[in-house]
Amino acid sequence: MNHIVIISVVVLGILGLVSAVILYFVASKFKVYEDPKIDEVEAALPSANCGGCGYPGCRAFAENATKSASKNHSLEGFFCPVGGNEVMQKVAGILGLEIEEKDPMIAVVRCNGSYAHSPGKVKFEGVTSCAFAHALYAGEGGCQYGCLGLGDCVAACEFDAIHMNPETGLPVVSDKCTACGACVIACPRDIIELRKKGPKDKRIFVSCVNKEKGAIAIKNCDVACIGCGKCEKVCEFDAITITSFLSYIDFDKCRLCRKCVEVCPTNSIWEVNFKPRKPKVIKEPEKKETAKKPEAAKKPVEKTSVAEKSVNTKKSEK
Amino acid sequence: MGLLKTFVLGGIHPPENKLSAGQPVRTLKVPDQVVVPMGQNLGAPSKPVVKRGDKVKTGQLIAEAGGFISARIHSPVSGTVFKIDQVMDMSGYRRTAVIIKVDGDEWMEDIDRSDTLVTEINFSPEEIIEKVKDAGIVGMGGATFPTHVKLMPPPGKSADYLLINGVECEPYLTADHQLMLEKGAEIIVGTRLLMKALKVKKAVIGIENNKPDAIRQMTELAAKEEGITVQPLKVKYPQGGEKQLIKAVTGREVPSGKLPVEVGCVVQNVGTTFAVYEAVMKNKPLIERVVTVTGKALSNPSNLKVRIGTPIKFLVEEAGGLPEDTGKVIGGGPMMGKALATLDVPVVKGTSGVLLMREAESHRLPESPCIRCSKCTQVCPMGLEPFLLSRLSRMGRFEDAEKEKVMDCIECGSCQYTCPAHIPLLDYLRLGKNKVGALIRARSKK
Ligand code: SF4
Ligand code: SF4
Ligand code: SF4
Ligand code: SF4
Repeated sequence: MNHIVIISVVVLGILGLVSAVILYFVASKFKVYEDPKIDEVEAALPSANCGGCGYPGCRAFAENATKSASKNHSLEGFFCPVGGNEVMQKVAGILGLEIEEKDPMIAVVRCNGSYAHSPGKVKFEGVTSCAFAHALYAGEGGCQYGCLGLGDCVAACEFDAIHMNPETGLPVVSDKCTACGACVIACPRDIIELRKKGPKDKRIFVSCVNKEKGAIAIKNCDVACIGCGKCEKVCEFDAITITSFLSYIDFDKCRLCRKCVEVCPTNSIWEVNFKPRKPKVIKEPEKKETAKKPEAAKKPVEKTSVAEKSVNTKKSEK
Repeated sequence: MGLLKTFVLGGIHPPENKLSAGQPVRTLKVPDQVVVPMGQNLGAPSKPVVKRGDKVKTGQLIAEAGGFISARIHSPVSGTVFKIDQVMDMSGYRRTAVIIKVDGDEWMEDIDRSDTLVTEINFSPEEIIEKVKDAGIVGMGGATFPTHVKLMPPPGKSADYLLINGVECEPYLTADHQLMLEKGAEIIVGTRLLMKALKVKKAVIGIENNKPDAIRQMTELAAKEEGITVQPLKVKYPQGGEKQLIKAVTGREVPSGKLPVEVGCVVQNVGTTFAVYEAVMKNKPLIERVVTVTGKALSNPSNLKVRIGTPIKFLVEEAGGLPEDTGKVIGGGPMMGKALATLDVPVVKGTSGVLLMREAESHRLPESPCIRCSKCTQVCPMGLEPFLLSRLSRMGRFEDAEKEKVMDCIECGSCQYTCPAHIPLLDYLRLGKNKVGALIRARSKK
């Protein structure tokens, strides 16, 4: 009885010892060296795991960025849109590199065909999915390029940054936007675009993607770009190009002078976060009003004064 | 008659509502202007060969095929080409169309417009296929697949059965039924032409037994011909689907993702067969077709012979005018048809019917959660699991949906029709098919 116990203990003991030795050698032979910097980089990242950087999750980004830094001594092509410049500077610091700051971006919705501007002609009944509706029909207002208003972009956003406005039926992007680009991919009509946030969050863009001839575009929506070319002509910085009856403003060239906004006959061009303009005095050019305004508008900063000038020149032309 | 044949898997029996049954086909007056869309067939759209200001005669070629799977288009009227422009189709998207202002009705000289029946076939199979191709014939049941392509099985494959589809399983529609009653003899000649083109010995005309008069007439006519028989079928939707008809008549099963010719069958609709007769024997291209205009609130449901390109509103007027209480107008039947965005859209080669639904009939009921009753799975004629597929597609798991064979869905709508929780199953399936199709295309590009 006793010796059975002893034999078992001894056999098992030897077995354990032998296995431990084998495991030790195997482990040291196949050891995977992992750069400790990966963990450091990962810790610096926001852990949103949104995929906005193009990698499946923050860990993958950290691994690839670390590899690129040690191999090519560069972080070209790596950018965490959620963390922005701050986080990227930290990451570069950990990896012993220096990188240039990137301009912060934001999602903009390039459709202004609200219920009021593009009244419904047909009624949609079916699943609330833009991808489905896009394959099925042109849209309630009849514009085959415009927003379908069923919120695929809203569903795609991990940051609660984009919401439907029930009054207009169009999505609205808030400050929470990290420019991850998920909504851009989700929209079947390529309406959402990532654009530079701009100085003091001021930006100007054409809020329309309709590529049809002006007469057809305007029939379905009274704020559609008709491709008239007025904005292209008035722009002094060559920022505007018109292709297939649609205007596009290059945000790298645009200097936010707002001239195009004024000449657009259909109000397709949007300005965001500018101080409200003085009401255009066109019908009753009374001296009193025009005299009063410049005084009242003394407070605004440089940028608006440029716009004022353009208003004034416009008036003097008349 | 004994036990009637039908397909085995799934199927439903919606109310038939054949309001226009027995209405003789009336010819609709030629409108002042026709809009002929260039994308009337499955596959590549056709390419216009006329330009603004050109004078055209009825039956003159106005568009060439735009690819291998594509068809020619002929002018349905005589007059002047007004313009070639982007025109709204039934979904509201703009597509290229030739707009012709009508002037008189002068036909091409080589078209035989008489009603005399020509039975003598003096053409070789190749000549028949060539004539079908020249006449721009496509599947007129609604699928609009170019007919000449179907008559040329891929190398190494051959057919031994021709099935003529006189099922018309869609509720409300009666155009094919009426055509069989009025043009039965022509359809038989058309069948013989197709048999010759395909080099097959056997042809079966499948007709559901809610059309006993058509069965009687076609059986009598077929008795005189060798190799042609009529098969009465039990009424069941979607028996008019190619794969369902093949199963019902021959018992053969077309494998997933394969064409009917894989099991030696070719299916042609009776409307198409009639068009083949006219094209080969009378030199007449496909420029008009029979359309059922129907609906419960409509005062005069009708079967109308109309020129391609006629705006749908003309058809509605002819059938008694648009009722006050119209909630929805559908191009095609209630099961597989599509709601029209406007009544200005023209009749195309695939328009089998126009259905006006009353306001009360035209809305969906609110969706509630799936109660796992498995009804959708029981009725699916393709043996799919619609509840699962719709869920996968709702969750965006399209790779999994592909594995579960979402592409096999024939969009018959049986699942959605039968679902007691009113889940828009077919909507999600369509979304899934759309996304999976894109996945497959992206893969084959790589
Ligand atoms: S709005 Fe768009 S870009 Fe901005 S965080 Fe949401 S999904 Fe990303
Ligand atoms: S922007 Fe695009 S995704 Fe968002 S609601 Fe409009 S169509 Fe849908
Ligand atoms: S001025 Fe307005 S309508 Fe004209 S091209 Fe520019 S954005 Fe379009
Ligand atoms: S629509 Fe598709 S999934 Fe639904 S029953 Fe028909 S074939 Fe089956």
